[in-house]
Amino acid sequence: MSDSDSQDFLSRPQTIRRLWWGFSIVLALTVAAQLVIYVKGYFVVDGWFGFGAVYGFLSCLLMVLAAKALGYFLKKPADFYQQDEDDA
Amino acid sequence: MPDLLSPALIMIVAAMAIGPAKGHLRTAVLLLAPLITLWAIWQVPDGVQGTVKFLSYNVEPVEGSALRRLFATVFALMVFVGGLYAFRLARWYELAAAYAYAAGAIGVCFAGDLIVLFLYWELMALFSTVVVWCGGTPAARAAGIRYAIMHLLGGVVLKVGIEGVLISTGSIEIRPLLATDFSTWMILCGILINAAAPPVSAWLADAYPEASPTGSVFLSAFTTKTAVLVLILLFPGEPVLIGVGLFMVVYGIVYALLENDIRRILAYSIVNQVGFMVCAVGIGTELALNGAAAHAFAHIIYKALLFMSAGVVIYRTGKTRCTELGGLYRTMPVTTICCIIGALAISSFPLTSGFTTKSLISLAAANEQMVWVYMTLTAASAGVFLHAGIKFPWFVFFQRDSGMRPKDAPWNMAAAMIIFAALCILLGVAPQWLYPFLPYPIEYEAYTAGKVVFYLQLLLFSGLAFFILLPLMKRTETISLDVDWLWRRAAPWLLQQGSRGLQPLLVFSASTWQSLEALSKRMAVNYLGQPETADSEERGLFARSWPIGATALWIAILLSAYVFIYYTD
Repeated sequence: MSDSDSQDFLSRPQTIRRLWWGFSIVLALTVAAQLVIYVKGYFVVDGWFGFGAVYGFLSCLLMVLAAKALGYFLKKPADFYQQDEDDA
Repeated sequence: MPDLLSPALIMIVAAMAIGPAKGHLRTAVLLLAPLITLWAIWQVPDGVQGTVKFLSYNVEPVEGSALRRLFATVFALMVFVGGLYAFRLARWYELAAAYAYAAGAIGVCFAGDLIVLFLYWELMALFSTVVVWCGGTPAARAAGIRYAIMHLLGGVVLKVGIEGVLISTGSIEIRPLLATDFSTWMILCGILINAAAPPVSAWLADAYPEASPTGSVFLSAFTTKTAVLVLILLFPGEPVLIGVGLFMVVYGIVYALLENDIRRILAYSIVNQVGFMVCAVGIGTELALNGAAAHAFAHIIYKALLFMSAGVVIYRTGKTRCTELGGLYRTMPVTTICCIIGALAISSFPLTSGFTTKSLISLAAANEQMVWVYMTLTAASAGVFLHAGIKFPWFVFFQRDSGMRPKDAPWNMAAAMIIFAALCILLGVAPQWLYPFLPYPIEYEAYTAGKVVFYLQLLLFSGLAFFILLPLMKRTETISLDVDWLWRRAAPWLLQQGSRGLQPLLVFSASTWQSLEALSKRMAVNYLGQPETADSEERGLFARSWPIGATALWIAILLSAYVFIYYTD
């Protein structure tokens, strides 16, 4: 990271550290909120404590890994189709 | 008689006036036409407004209902704000095509029967293709041709279905159907092609990103959402749609995660969002259909907003790929903030329009005890935040510093984005303003503390997953193969191989053809003369000159033969 970047508020390592801290606290609060706020589950499990958090995290993990795996087969260089059209 | 004039006609007149009008007059046409259309939309009462004879059918050019007015309203709104966004940058013919395209969409909204619907449907196909071509690059021309082929094919499939239904039932009325026989399946397939459903969803991500920065804003709004409207009108509660919708939801997320082109990310997320609506139509309860309609309304606004912010970035930087962008928040604060609002709305974050509309669909699934549907939609909501909510703004406006310091949006583009961003928040904060316009009466409390906590957990933890998995999502200079590989690579290859296999046959038929040609030439020379020589003594039999007396003699002989045969018969 260059010097001009470190002048920038959002690029400073200190700001990023603070953002992570702030974000972590917000995350903890949303889960902790379930101690006082009743979350109505439609199918039992989705009313469990912290279900939204775990389910959100795990389904994203699964989707990213699935996309990554599919990427090995589906990703091609950006000019994949252009090569064809140039040949033609 | 005025009852029979569809509000779409105002847009058609406007589309024709855009070319001849110049300067401020053109701006006036662009901005006033959608407002007049909006007024006309709300003058259409419920029910069929009369019939007209067309090709021996009694067609119904205008039919009103709450649902139809709702879709037409958001389309007209889209044209107004889109016109404001585009009028200083877009060329006149792109604007004229976009307005004619919108006229098609509004016409479909009020179509009273399948024939009128089909006519406006084709109007959309025609002029949306022109909008794609207005991208002006060779890639846009090629994508436009693929787009046109797909939509004309879809039109033919739809028409076959309509004719089948007409023959079997004798009615061209628009009424709820179920896909039970060949004709109804064909209608369903024709509509689903426009909804970008599998297996042909690739047309959307292929064509929309090739249009101009202004063109893709218009394209994002009409085709897929008219398909949703027609699905609500014709196939409410069709169970196939649940599966189709869920597939679209997941497919959209996975492809958007793989994608590098910023507008292609948004294009895949259209498929994802339309999947929610298609699924809702499949569930088919009043709540689900309200959800589909409300979500379409909200979706057009935030999706156009996202395409607008992408358009500004492309206009200012000329770059379209995540790998070339980043750090633009420094000099583009308005675009950044509007984009973030759109991104939060698409992720159905509390206090945005997505939250108050998408939750209707989830609730409808829960009420019908569809566990898997509900769970998939919920996981998809998290996935939307991942690919559109964070990924899109992150890679464009934050991530690393690309070194570019482009100016922020021009005033008109900024104004258009601010209007839509404000609407995203307004519909999120005060959904009770939208709910009375939904097709069915609704009593729904959008905000309960428990629901807000659940969605905050879901979304914020998917945000955590994004930042933890960021190394896995490093952008690469790649495209992802989609079904369009079949017709862009596999089919031409097969044709090439096929023609190679046919080579001996072709050589044989070519030599036969040559000898046939030589033979016919010889015969012509023999009987008709020698075409090459202007005055040769050796003329062919029929080309020689005959004395007039010989001709008269032959005519006399023939006539006598004729008279003889006539009287002896």
